[in-house]
Parts: sequence; C-alpha cells; structure tokens
Amino acid sequence: MKVLVAVKRVIDYNVKIRVKADHSDVDLTNVKMAMNPFCEIAVEEAVRLKEKGVATEVVAVTIGPKAAQEQLRTALALGADRAIHVETEERVESLAAAKLLAKVVEEEQPGLVILGKQAIDTDNNQTGQMLAALAGLPQGTFASEVVVEGDKLQVTREIDGGLQTVELTLPAIVTTDLRLNEPRYAKLPDIMKAKKKPLDVKSPADLGVEVASKLTLLKVESPAERKGGIKVGSVDELVDKLKNEAKVI
Amino acid sequence: MSILVLAEHHDGQLAGATAHVVAAAKAIGGDIDVLVAGENVGAVAEAAAKLDGVSKVRVADNAVYAHQLAEPMGALLVELAGDYSHVLAAATTTGKNVLPRVAALKDVSQISEIVEVVDADTFKRPIYAGNAIATVKSADSLKVITVRSTGFDAVAEGGSAAVESVDIVADNSQSCFVKQELAQSDRPELAAAKVVISGGRGMGSGENFKLLDGIADKLGAAIGASRAAVDAGFVPNDMQVGQTGKIVAPELYIAVGISGAIQHLAGMKDSKVIVAINKDEEAPIFQVADYGLVGDLFEILPELESKL
Repeated sequence: MKVLVAVKRVIDYNVKIRVKADHSDVDLTNVKMAMNPFCEIAVEEAVRLKEKGVATEVVAVTIGPKAAQEQLRTALALGADRAIHVETEERVESLAAAKLLAKVVEEEQPGLVILGKQAIDTDNNQTGQMLAALAGLPQGTFASEVVVEGDKLQVTREIDGGLQTVELTLPAIVTTDLRLNEPRYAKLPDIMKAKKKPLDVKSPADLGVEVASKLTLLKVESPAERKGGIKVGSVDELVDKLKNEAKVI
Repeated sequence: MSILVLAEHHDGQLAGATAHVVAAAKAIGGDIDVLVAGENVGAVAEAAAKLDGVSKVRVADNAVYAHQLAEPMGALLVELAGDYSHVLAAATTTGKNVLPRVAALKDVSQISEIVEVVDADTFKRPIYAGNAIATVKSADSLKVITVRSTGFDAVAEGGSAAVESVDIVADNSQSCFVKQELAQSDRPELAAAKVVISGGRGMGSGENFKLLDGIADKLGAAIGASRAAVDAGFVPNDMQVGQTGKIVAPELYIAVGISGAIQHLAGMKDSKVIVAINKDEEAPIFQVADYGLVGDLFEILPELESKL
C-alpha cells in the first residue's frame, strides 16, 4: 500500500511571532521555519507503517514556495521514499490546498493519506477533512492510534472527553493528533542520503487547480495585552479576591 | 439572511457549546435554525427549542447519525445548506470534524474558530496559537464557520421554537462506529472546563499532582499541565495546555509551579482570570496573571484547598 503524507513549512513553534507594523500579516522575514509539528507526527506514522511492512512506499508532498523543499528533504531523511513539491508563491488557503492534494491523490492512488490535524500558523484544522470530502474518502481525524486490517482501517480518535474508535474503508484520510507517536530525529547519514532521493516539482496549473481564494485577510493585529495584575499576600486574600472581586468562584 | 446552527450534544443532552454558537449567530443577524442530528435526540431538540433567538429546530433522528460520524453528517448538512447563508458549529471535535467536509463539498472556504463577528461577512479569529488576531472577509455565497465558545456569551433559555423533522437519510458505507471510551473522571473536559488548574515542572513529580485534585474537585475544575510537566513524565500529554497541546480559555485558570513560557501562555492567555502560584517572583507567568501569589506551592495548595 502506498502512503501519501502531506507536510507544511511553518514558522518554528519556538519563535515568538511579530505582527507587521502595517497590520497586513505576521512578519516572516528572517524567521526560523520548520516542518509543522503535527506533520512530523504524520511522517513518523507513515514510516512506522512502512517498517511494519504495511506501507510499501511513502510519498511526501508539500505545497508552497521553493524553500518548502527543505521540509520535503526532512521528510525524506526521516524515511519517505520520494517527494512531490507543488510550487507556488501564493498564499494557499485550506480549500485550495485540499484541491491540489485531491489531484495528487488522483494521480498517485495511495491506499492511505496522512496529514497533521492542523498547522500551527493558520490553526485552521480543515485540510484533511476537505481532502477527504473532495476525494470522496472517509476520514479519521485527530488520530491517536491507527491500525490497518486488510482493507479496513481502525482509527482511535481524540474527541472531547475521551477516545472514539471508528472503522474506515480504505483508501482513507487520517489526520494526526499529538498522542499518535513520538517523531524520530533525522540522522546525519539519512540527511545525506535524502539529498539523492527523487523530488518532483509541479505547479498548481499542472494540476489544473486555481489557487485564488474568496477569503481576504483584512488585518492582522496583536491580541489585546492583558492588564497588569496584582500580587496578593496570602491564600485568604486570594480566595477573597476570586470570590468578591473577580467573582469566578 | 438565514443561519443554520449544528447542535452539539452528548448522551442525549444538549451541550452548553450550542448556546454560545447561537449567540454568535445572533451577532450575525437573521433567522436562526438549529439542526439536531443523531439517534434518539428528542430531548436534545426540546432543549434546543428553548434557546433564545432560535426560530426553528430541525431534527434528523436516525441511526445513521448516531455518534455524528463525519461522512453522513457532512452529507446531511450539504443537503440542508442550500437554504442558508451561514452554517455554524461549535469549534469542538465534532464541529471541527464535520464542517470542513461541508465547506469543501459546497466549494467554499471555512472560517475556523471565530471569536468575534464584525459583520455578516467579516470575522475575527486567532492565528499562530492566539499570538495574532486575523480579521477575514469572505466573498463566498455560503459562509461555513466554527465558533470558539469562549468568544461569545451563551444565550439564555426562554424561547419556544417550532420543532420539525428532517427526512434526509444519508447513506454511509465508508465508516462505522466501533467504540468509545470517555474519561472516567467526573471532571470536565479540559478544553471546555470553566475552571482549569494546571501544574508545571515546579510540581516536582507526578505523585504531587494529587495536590491539585482536592482543589479541582471543589472548583469543578479540569486539571492541566505545562509541556515541561509532560516532558518530565509527570503526566500524560493529553493534559498539556499550550501551543502544541490544548488551547483553553476558562473563566479561571490557576497556574501552579509554571514559569510561563511562550508556548504555555499561547494555550491559556485568553482565560478570563489567571492566578499564578510560584515561588519565583520573577517568573514570566506573573506578567499575565491577574492575581499572583509568591510562595511554596506545597504549603499554599493544602491551605487553598481547605479555604475553598
């Protein structure tokens, strides 16, 4: 079974972001970028499926500028066999990303597609579900366990209040939650080998997808600063403030 | 304008999140219908009909909608969406699972986790784990939106909307429910709790997290943790509050032995009231705390428990 993994280049999660002075967007110049943490978990799961003999080939795909190839090389170093880069300098919203991925799915015919549950930049949590809808496939979102049994997939999902297990007919789409696995680090020899693995570059036009969105980003601003609080001297004072001033208990 | 709100419900009861979503719908303006889909959901429909501002409750009561699996729920909503300008759901795991399917099938974008309605086409939502607020305008004919409950005050009860049934039965051959394991705890779920008490590296060990239990019981609070506490192996990572963990915005957040790293603040700084208990008075957590108490948590926690 071929497994397709979608990865996204995002700002490194340790970076404290800055909003541009003109409020047009977040300032990404000279900021450290990395693979989205949930995508790392997706790559790890695909590689583990290969190690178990379930997956025969792992294909990593990304959509974004030229520099996003760094993240594809990372995926290759972690164990993906080959990569596909859909290169575009435009801002790609989730719907367009899902349409592009649906075309890749149509071309590649994977048995399973794994994505992160959300990207830590836009925080949308949409692409996997949209891809499932467009490709006409079932979805196992927020997965904390994935078991392939013949032509079925058992997915344990993290839902509000606990866990839910669903059975999906393959091919299917899975999005990863934090508990699914602990991603490995790329080893130096693998990073060197990854440079020789195949990486195809396509454009949205090649795939026949219009990237433009009907969503307009009007403004990006910093969240309201919290007012400076006070220090209390004792537990009694704290309880009193919470009861009588803040009225939260 | 007419708005369809997908009701959130569990175990035959309407979830509180729905009243917050109706509030967001009222801010958009227009007729508000609520869709209750599931199996044996009569009581849920009755509860939804009482929400202030609801014109009509539409009920799809069928075994295919049990457990609200994404595939049949998406198909149902797509059938109904044609009558509406907006489709809204709470940004819960159910809403997040189902709505993007609806948006994609209707070939429109989805706007996730709005916290403010500017006008019927324009919404504010947090991005970069709440470190920036984006204002986005949609030119799509249908707006598909998930609502962050903490951004809107719940509407009151007092309405008496008409209840009508929906006969659409989606077919689903692709997915089926196997089992569900809900947390045994009587405590509320972390992301939905009104009060959260979290421990950090300062707790010293997993055993010491028990010091939070009594306080959590008295306040009806959920217990969370910082990434440092999770990485140190004190608690499992589903308790993690922060940028890569859960984003919470309770009425009251009590941070115990948590220094207040950026990644942690990203997950809780929209809480209404923040209390910090830490022995280091220079800890960054005090910069966002409404009430700070400097001292040894091993003395403070038992005292706090006894005085609540």
